[in-house]
Formats: sequence, C-alpha cells, structure tokens
Amino acid sequence: MLNVGLNHFLVISAVLFSFGIFGIVTRKNAVMVLMGVELMLNSANINFVAFAKFGAFGNQGQLIALFVVVLAAAEAAIALAIVLNIYKTFNSINVDEIDSLKE
Amino acid sequence: MNEITLTNLSIVILFLPLIGFFFTLLFGKRIKKMYAFEILVICSVFALTVVLAFFKLTQFVNARIISEFTWIDIKNSAILPNISIDLGIMLDNLTVLLMFVVALVSMLVHIFSLVYMKGDKRFNRYYAYLGLFTFSMNGIVFTHNILMMYIFWELVGVSSYLLIGFWYEKKSASDASKKAFLVTRVGDVGMFAGILLLFVTYHTFTFDKIFAQISAGVLPFNSGFWLTITGLLIFCGAVGKSAQFPLHVWLPDAMEGPTPVSALIHAATMVAAGVYLVARVFAMLTADALLVIAIIGAISAFIPATIALTQKDIKKVLAYSTISQLGYMIMAMGVGAFSYAFFHLITHAFFKACLFLGSGSVILGMHHEQDITKMGGLRKKMPLTYATFLIATLAISGVPLTSGFLSKDGILAGTLAFSKLTGYWVFPVVGYFVAALTAFYMFRLVIITFHGEPNDKEKFEHVHESPYSMVIPLVVLSTLSIFIWYTPNPISADAGWFLPKWVHTPATIVPNFARFDFMKSFAKPGEIKKEDNTKAIVSVVNNDIIPTRTTIITEQPAQEGQEEIIHSESYTETFHSYHYPAILLSILVGGFGILMAFVIYHWKKISADKLANALKPLYNFSYHKWYFDELYDYTFIWLTMFLSKILYWFDANIVDGIVNGSAVVVRFASRFSAKFDSIVVDGFVNLLAYISGFIGIFFRKLQTGKVQTYVIYVVFSLVILLFLFKSF
Repeated sequence: MLNVGLNHFLVISAVLFSFGIFGIVTRKNAVMVLMGVELMLNSANINFVAFAKFGAFGNQGQLIALFVVVLAAAEAAIALAIVLNIYKTFNSINVDEIDSLKE
Repeated sequence: MNEITLTNLSIVILFLPLIGFFFTLLFGKRIKKMYAFEILVICSVFALTVVLAFFKLTQFVNARIISEFTWIDIKNSAILPNISIDLGIMLDNLTVLLMFVVALVSMLVHIFSLVYMKGDKRFNRYYAYLGLFTFSMNGIVFTHNILMMYIFWELVGVSSYLLIGFWYEKKSASDASKKAFLVTRVGDVGMFAGILLLFVTYHTFTFDKIFAQISAGVLPFNSGFWLTITGLLIFCGAVGKSAQFPLHVWLPDAMEGPTPVSALIHAATMVAAGVYLVARVFAMLTADALLVIAIIGAISAFIPATIALTQKDIKKVLAYSTISQLGYMIMAMGVGAFSYAFFHLITHAFFKACLFLGSGSVILGMHHEQDITKMGGLRKKMPLTYATFLIATLAISGVPLTSGFLSKDGILAGTLAFSKLTGYWVFPVVGYFVAALTAFYMFRLVIITFHGEPNDKEKFEHVHESPYSMVIPLVVLSTLSIFIWYTPNPISADAGWFLPKWVHTPATIVPNFARFDFMKSFAKPGEIKKEDNTKAIVSVVNNDIIPTRTTIITEQPAQEGQEEIIHSESYTETFHSYHYPAILLSILVGGFGILMAFVIYHWKKISADKLANALKPLYNFSYHKWYFDELYDYTFIWLTMFLSKILYWFDANIVDGIVNGSAVVVRFASRFSAKFDSIVVDGFVNLLAYISGFIGIFFRKLQTGKVQTYVIYVVFSLVILLFLFKSF
C-alpha cells in the first residue's frame, strides 16, 4: 500500500489549481471561466485540509475550508447573476467580446 | 471728611465725565435718549465738586494734598540716569476753585444745549464730546505734574477741534476746526520743548520737585538765561491755548462751533487753561520771562479790543473781547498781580459764559441770525435775556458793584504798582485804554442788539423769549457776576474771603539775579523772615482704597491781622497805595466808554457811519482784523504751501522717479525671467511629459481589455516572483 502523505495532497492541489488557471485562461465562455475559479478555490481547500491534518493547527484548516465553501457558494451565486446580466446586455457571454472598458 | 476721602472724591470727579463720554458715544446711536446719562454725569460731577470745594476750603484751606503713584521707574540702567516718573493729582485752592467753575459752567451749558441743540441729528454725539471736554479739562485742573498737564492739554485741543467742527458739513466750520487745532499746535510745540528742557535738567515732571530743585539753585544748563527760555517755552503753550498774540487768530474762527460750546470752551474754561498754566509755573518765571509775558498780554489785550469795535457778528465781538480779557489776565500774571489775575479768570468765566449763552439765546430767538445790524429792539421781546446780558456787560465793563469791577481794578492797580517800581508805564496805559474800549464796544453791542428800533421788522415779529432751560443758566451766571459772592465790600476784594484766604501768590524761587530789583531778597531783611514763615509742614498718609502716596503740605496760615504778602513787600505796599487811584481812574475811563457808546449808538448825537468814514483807514484796519489772517496767509501759510509744493515736486519727480526706475529694472528682469521660464523650465517639464507619453505608448499595448490576458500576466509574474524569492 502506498503511504499517502502531505506531498500527495499538495501535488493533487497543484494539479487542480493548474487546471483551474488553464480553464480561466483558455475558455471563452464565462460560465466555464467561473468553473475554473471554483477549481482553484477547491485546490486551496485541499491545501488547507491537508495542512490541518499534517500540521499542528488543530481544526483551523477545516474551519477555513468550510468558510471557503460558503464563500464559493456566494461567489458563484453573484457571479452567475452578473453573467446573466452580461448576457442580457451584450447578448453573449464570450469574455473576449466584453472589452468596452478598453476604449 | 479727611484727606484720603478728598483725594478719592477728586479722582471720581476726574473720571466720571470720561465714563459719560464713552457710554454716550457707544450707545448714542442705539438709544435715542442717551444724552440724559451725560447730563446725569455732569450734574453729579457738579454736586461732588461742591462737596469737594466746601471741605477743601473749610478744613484744609492752607493745605496742598498731593496723591501720586510711580508710573515709570528706571533704576540701575546702563544708559539712562535714574528716572522715576510720577503721575498724580494735586488739590490746592486754585484747583478746587477752577474745578468749581468748570463743573458749574459745564453743567449750565449742558442744560442750555438741551434746547439750543434740539433736533440736531448728532445730538448724542454732541453730549459725548462735551463729556470728553469736561474730562480733559478736569485733568488739566487736577494734575500735579506737567507731563499729565500736557496730555490733557492736547485732549482739550482735540475736544475743542471736535466741537468747533461739530457741523462739519459746513466748509467754514471744518476749516475753523482745522485752523484752531493747527494754530494751537504751534504753541504746544514750544510747550513741549519747554517740558523736555525741564526734564533733561531735573529728571522729573512733578511741579513740586522741579521747584524744589530750582530753589536749591539747579538751573537748566546752569544759566538763568535758560531758565527764562524754559519759562517762555512753557508760556508758548498758554499763548496758543489762551489765544494770545500772535496766535490769537484761531479763536474768532472757532465761533463756527455751536454757541454753547463757545461759552464753555472758548470763553470760560479751555482758553483760561493758559492762564492756569502760567499760574502753575508762576514761581519759576524769571524777571525777563515775566516781562515778556506782560508784554504779550498787553498786546493781546489791546489789538482784539480795537478789532471788536467794528465787528458786526455778535459772536465775533464776544470772541475778540475774550482774547482781550485773557490778555488782561496774562498781563496781570506778568506784572505780578497773581491773585487778581486768577480772580479775573473766575469772574470772567462767569460773565463771559453768561454773555455767550445770552448771545446763543438771541441767535436762537432770531432764528440763527448773528448779524447785530439786523437786530435791535430785542429788549421788549426778550426781557430776561436782556437783563442778564446787561448785568454781564456791566461786569465786563468794570462798573462798580459787579465782580468784573473788583478783579479788573486789582489788575489795574497791579500794573500801576509794577510801573511805579520798574518804570514800564506802558502797562497801565494799555490797561486803562483797553478798559475804556471794552466798556465802549460792549455797550455798543448791547445798544445795537437790544435797544432802539428793530432793523429787520419781519424777523422781529417772530422773535420770542427763550424757554426756561435756557434762561435759568443765564440767570445763574449773571447772579454770579455780582460782587456779593466774592466780598462783602463792593469796592475792594481784599476784605473778602476770596483773595486773602484762598488764593496766595506763590513765593518766587528763581535765583536772586534773575528777579526784578524790587523782589531781590537781600534788599529787604524782612523777606528772609517771611520765607521762614512759609515753611511748610509735610505729612504722609496711606490711602487704602486707591493705592497712591498721599502727601499733605500745610503752609502756615498768615497770622491774624498780618497782611498777606504778594510778590514782595515793596510791591504789596505800592499795590495798596494805588488801590483807590486805580478804582477812581477805572470808573472814569469805564464811564467814558459807556457814555461814548450811548452818545454814538443810542442818542445818535454822533453818526457812527460818519465817524467810520472820517476814520476810514482806521475803520478798515479794525474791520479787517488788522489784516492778521491776510498777513499769515501771505507769510507763514504761503511759505508752508511753497515748501510743501517743493516737497511735492521732489516727491513726484525724484522719489517717484527712483521708484519708477526700479520698476523698469524689475520689469526688464521679469521679462528675461519669463523667457527663461517658458523655454528652459517649461522645456524640461515638457520633456518629462514626452518621456512619460512614450513609455505610455509601449505600455498601452499590454492593456488589451481581455481578462484572460491579465490572468496570464498575473500567473507569469507570480512564477517569476516565485523564482526570484526562492532563496529566501
């Protein structure tokens, strides 16, 4: 049996974070970008829990992770609302086309 | 009533009118009846003065009460000698007597003005100014040092200026106020120089300390000549303020002020301050100084008397007569008739105030007509004004049973005694001639104004007697022009309570060589005994209420039956030997003057116009006031204007030229600097802007507006930072 340690968690978290970045950068669809953000948040969660388990921080890590979940839910709700409004305004959710601030 | 109470009382009297002034001035605009406060103040001042004078003259008749505190004390200074300047008040008989006159006349004028000034738009301000004047005059009267006297001296000048120019919308009034202020200032400069001479010599301003040092033999620059100069310089102040020749020109013009003001300031009190000043410094005047003072007084008595003969303005006649009477007092001071000069000051204050207020009553009755040729016959319409005016005229003409008779006689006897002892016969001659002229022009005034037929029928119809608040002051003042208040003996004041008891001639303190021959003390051995007699008792008392040092100097009273010695024994003897001849001669010349006035103006035996035509040059000379104004216009004023024109030219061309030249230089420099600014400094700033702009062009490319590009930047930068900080 492979002995699962802190490094495994951290690698998983890093891979997940990279996927998240990749999703944000490459996808044109705003919903997909949001999903990338969720991935990044969850990779951070894994880090928190891992450090809580292997470090001497008590339950603080788990607690923060719970907070992050709650925050992510709120963020998703607001972000999806914004996306809906963007769609209403521009008739598109393609992030490349929404650059009117540039002018 | 002890000394301390008297001192505190006089301090209250001194400062009450100042309070009246401030309150009336500050609230005068808001509160319409604010003048009532000022009247209340002046009435209480008068009441307190009566109390003060009563207790001073009954309990402390031979004492001088001095209260002082040290104002400036310089000790152990590297550059200055030890100096301590005291301020304080001195109460002696002269003080309380003059204070009584000031308070009484001031109160009567306050009451008189209630009607005279009714409806004036600056009514409250008028009363405020009267309060200021009363305060300043009190200061002159109470002071015990010449510095304070100078300060209050200028303050009365200011209040006189304000009141002469009270109707400043009139050009003549504002001009007159300026003239009065500037002309008196000429004299004050001399007075100031005299004060400075005294100070550099004695390091004190207090009269007593100065006198003590003079009698100890300390003289300015160690010479009697400089003592004379000092005395005369201080007398310059009196020349200005008392309108003596050659500075008399301001007083007739000062009649532009309201008539009650003329009565108070320019007849009774302020102009008498000059005489009071001479009285204060009398002891330190040398023979030469006294002689000059007598000559100035004689000239000032003579010239205005001749001018008054032909004037047509009722107030101008009275103004010239005031100068003439002040000249009498100054002359009397000069010839050593000290107590009679002061006596005349007081009697003159009452009857001249009465005459001025009477003229005010006439002017108001005639609806502001001052030309006597348009009056006439007013006797029937204004009986009370006429009666009081006549009594005062009798007094000024020196008719027996009046106060003026007593004082004028004393002065004339004094001039006779002086001329007998020194040989200057000009003084009695001038004195008697002026007495005749005075009687003549005063009765001319009375006859033209009150007797005969009205010259202006239309105006005469509307004439009416003035209301009681104007007549009562007249009655009070004319009552005070009767002898009974001063002495029970109608032909000699010596028997009365006024002169021998209350007013003493101060013993001279100047060194022997500077005295008149008849006053040299070694000539009479008895004189030394007399000096021993006057040795004073000095006591010091603490004042608990107002922190001052109070000193009481009690002179030994003259023994019962012992004659009071004026000036010197030989002078006193001669004075008494001339007493009755003087009276006789004075009645004769006065009667002649009055007779002539009746012959010419009442019975018209001699036509006044024919007389004027016959003496045309003299008449014109007198009518044009000896051309003094023209003379001054073409000399002093022309010179001043010429000088100021030169200075103006200098200012406009040279000083302004320098200023303009420097302005040109500055403009040139600033043009150069502007070029520098626009090319070099702005160039540098623009360069910086170009650089930033150029950088901006490059960096703008990075800002695509796409979020995803930014995220890539962030990630890459993060990775770079990670590698950079790896080692830490």
